[in-house]
This record gives sequence, C-alpha cells and structure tokens, in this order.
Amino acid sequence: MTPILELRGLQKAFGAVTVADSQSWALAPGEALGVLGPNGAGKTSMFNLVTGTLPADGGQILLNGRDIMPWPAARRCRAGIARSFQVPQPFGGMTIFENTFVAATQGARLSGSAAEDLCLDVLNRTSLLPKANVLAGGLTLLERKRLELARAMCAQPSVILLDEIAGGLTEHECKSLIETIMGLRETGVSIVWIEHVVHALLAVVDRLLVIDFGKKIAEGEPEAIMQSPEVREIYLGIEADV
Amino acid sequence: MNNHEVSRTTRLSTAAMIVLAGILIVMAAAPWWAGRADLRLFGEIFLYLSLASLWNLLAGYAGLVSVGQQAYVGFGGYVLFALTMLAGISPLAALPIVMVLGGLIAVPVAALLFRLRGAYFAIGTWVMAEVFRLSAAQITVMGGGSGTSLPASIVKSMADGRSAREALAYWLALGVAVLVLGTVYLFLRSRQGVALMALRDNELAAKSLGIDIWRSKFVVYVVTGALTTLVGALIFMQKLRISPDAAFSTNDWTAFVIFIVVIGGIGTVEGPIIGTLVYFALRETLADLGSVYLIALGAVAILIMLKAPRGLWGLIRGTRGIELFPLSRRVRATTNKDT
Repeated sequence: MTPILELRGLQKAFGAVTVADSQSWALAPGEALGVLGPNGAGKTSMFNLVTGTLPADGGQILLNGRDIMPWPAARRCRAGIARSFQVPQPFGGMTIFENTFVAATQGARLSGSAAEDLCLDVLNRTSLLPKANVLAGGLTLLERKRLELARAMCAQPSVILLDEIAGGLTEHECKSLIETIMGLRETGVSIVWIEHVVHALLAVVDRLLVIDFGKKIAEGEPEAIMQSPEVREIYLGIEADV
Repeated sequence: MNNHEVSRTTRLSTAAMIVLAGILIVMAAAPWWAGRADLRLFGEIFLYLSLASLWNLLAGYAGLVSVGQQAYVGFGGYVLFALTMLAGISPLAALPIVMVLGGLIAVPVAALLFRLRGAYFAIGTWVMAEVFRLSAAQITVMGGGSGTSLPASIVKSMADGRSAREALAYWLALGVAVLVLGTVYLFLRSRQGVALMALRDNELAAKSLGIDIWRSKFVVYVVTGALTTLVGALIFMQKLRISPDAAFSTNDWTAFVIFIVVIGGIGTVEGPIIGTLVYFALRETLADLGSVYLIALGAVAILIMLKAPRGLWGLIRGTRGIELFPLSRRVRATTNKDT
C-alpha cells in the first residue's frame, strides 16, 4: 500500500545546525505515529518542512505518492495536511467558531452551511462549544491548544500533525484529549504526534519515531522503543512522565 | 444532534439596515428637496465615502497600506476624458469601461508592488502614483502638464439642462457609494472575507490552513483598483476639468482618505462612514479659516489617536463588539426539542 505520507532523505540546515539530517520514514493510511526527541531535536522543524512553512534543502516529501515539495503551504493543506502549532497561533481578532470556520472553508473547501455544521460538530467534540463566541485572543493557554486541535480537525485533513497538545493538561483533561484523538483515528485520519507526555502518546500511537539532531535514531513498536538504550538515555531527564 | 446554530444578524443590525434603507430613499430624492450647493456637497460626500471604504478594505482588512491610490483616481479621470473626447463614447457608457481598465492596469501594478512588504510597499505605491502623474503630464492631446476641460458638447450630451445634469451626477455618486459599500460588505461577509480577516490576524496560521495569501491580497488590490478608478471617473465628471496635479493629488485622494478611515475606525465597515461625516463636518465649519483648517484636522487626528486609537467607531463599539453591518458569525443554542 502507498504510504499516505513519506519522507525520503529530507534535508534542512540553518548554517551549522542541521534540523533534518537525511530523514526518511513513512506513514501508512490510518496509522498513528508518535514522535519523540529532546528539545531542539528538530521535531517541530520537521512539521514546518512537511507543511511547507519552511523550505527544505533537499530530499522528497510524498503525499499519497506525489512529490509535494514544490507546493506552497496553502496547497499542501488543501491536499490534506493540517497541523496544530506548539506555540498556538490563533486568529486573535476572531471568535473560536470563526477560527474553525476559516479552516473548514479554506482548508476543507466546504461551503457555508456544510462548514458551519462541521465546525459545530468539532467544537462539540473538543469541548469548545460553550466558548464558541469568545475571541481567540483572550483565551487561556489550554483553550488555545484545544483550539489548535479543533482548527486542524476542521481542515478535514487526511494527515494531521499534532505538536505537543497534551502539555500542561490535568489528568482528566488529558484523558478527554486522548478520547478526542482516538475518535479522530476512527474516522480514518492518519496522525503524526509530537509529544513529551509519553503516556498520552503511548495510549494512541501504533509506532514510535525517535529523532535527535534532525536524525532518525529509532523507529518501531512503542514497547520496544521505550526499552531501547538510546531512548532511555535521551529521556532520562523526563522519564517521570512515563 | 447538535442543538446549536449559526446566526449572522442581531436585532441592532436589522434595525440599522432598516434605518439605512430609509436614509437611502431620502437621499435618492435629494434633487427634489436639496439646493444646488447641498446637492454638490452630498455628491462629494458619497464619493469620499467610497474612496474611504475602498482604502479601508485595502489597508484595514488586506493589510495593504497604500499611499498611492490617487494613481487610480487620476487614471479614472484621464481615461474617462480620453474615451469621451478621443473615442467619442458617451460619458455614461464610458464608466463601466473605465472601471474594467482600472482593474486591468491594477494587475501588472500589483505584480510589481507585491514584491515589496510593509513600509516598502507603501513607498512603492507612492512612487507608482508619481509615475502615473508624470506619464499623464506627457500626453499632449490631454493638455500635457496643464490639463484639459471636458468640451461643452460632451457635457451637454449627458442630460438636458444644468439641473438634470447635476441630478445625474449626484445619483451616480450615490449609486457608486451603494455599489462600493455593498461590494465591500458582501465581500467581507463571504468566505474570502473571513480568509482576509484571518490572514490579517496571523499569516503563518492562515497559510497553514489553506489560504493562498498572495492570491487573496491580489484579488482585493485589483477589485479596489477597479472601483477606485470608477470613483475617480465620477469625481472628474463632476469637476469637468482635469490636470495631472489635481488628478494625482496625494493630499486630496489619499491623505484626507486616510484621515477619514483612521479617525472613523480602520478595519471596520462602519468606521469610514463615521469618518466621512466627521471630516465633512469639520471641513464645512472650518474651511473659511484657510490653512488653520488643515492644522485643525491634524489636531483632531492626534487627539483621536491618543484618546481612541481604534477610531471613533472603536470607541462606540467598545468591547461588546456591536456591529451595524454584521460580519461575525455567532453560535446560538437552539431550543432543545430532543429532551
């Protein structure tokens, strides 16, 4: 089966700092892939490269077997790649509902009423409906993170890239987030999830990918990866989360 | 089932629309109740309202702070004169042609100017307007640097008698104001309008969510250019005389327009309307004072920027987000029939 998303030798450096070092991996349709790595390993840069907000130096990015490297960010989103931002990027002057409406009309190309229905449904699933009319600029960090997820979902992607959306959540909130993402999986969306809250990640993903210095250092079954010495070494400091 | 719905009107906005329709009817009948001088003033107000609304769409929504929109005003005037004087087209028939030509000339101008960002874009638009002005001064059939007047035969062909002509000019000004406000409002209410507001708030998120930023701004620039050209044609149809300095005046067609939008409230549909009324109120009361009038305008601008940085409409609207022209989409709970 053709992978829904595939990276082949993806390369990117900022001067002497390499953020993607000949990175290659593939994501099967419907699969959920977790990404681990220390801070500064190049995880978010990898998302920037895949979504097209950062131009790559070399290599290939394939969506459904098509090379999307020449495509600008907007076209990649319309073709089915949506993301959440680690540092939330809301449309501050617009309400929560309008934020998601942008994604539904632009990313998913839905018409007015179909877009409204989708947004209301997603806001309901992400528990943001009671705040639908609140301006996004005035939200708390947790609400902004939830809005990031809701907005990416409203773009109706085939691949969703989630960047640290579980950080700082209470146990209860984390559980409901996991349920939301499991629900998203059931609709057939493929997921790539960068997360430091490892137990949340392990509850959802099929496979783990470990990155350091822009390089893939391990890939495979979550249990096996968590036992491997490289990962133990990297995660010694934050193993408390497991 | 989801027991929520999206609503786009409020009781206030419905009332505002009814009042607006009433005002429109009264103003449409102005040739029967207003004097000649008043009619002329009203016509000018409508044309400035149009220019201000267009500049507001451009700068306040698309983030394209142009200080060179006089390029289109002047272009509109010159093309109207050229089409009527040289091609023998009647002024009324020339208007739609002028608008289309304005849109067409905006395409290469946008392609050139969009390479610049922020302050450089603003300076670029100004330089472009100067290029237009200097080019117009080279056209000898249009009187070169000293300009030309619309021949009496063409003026007379518009309508029989002076009062009929003045009424026609007035209705055209009113018509273009309705056209511009309607276009701006409907555009901002559409999906493209939402996309525009999104990219104004956050370009990174906007492009990551599928908004083609270049294209969105390009469409706004070209549409604004076309409509500004049409307004320019009407301005000089009313003045009956054109010269490069008057046609491409930075003060008349950009500085005053920016003043109107900024004191009224940039980035709101209502702002330019309030700003236009304030500007004309000041002008009509202070114009006799000569240069003191400009000093007063400057003082008002400084005062408003200090006390109400979001303009007068921003002050009135406060934090409650009142809208007379509703652009927002509010989610409301419907009465729950399931339980």
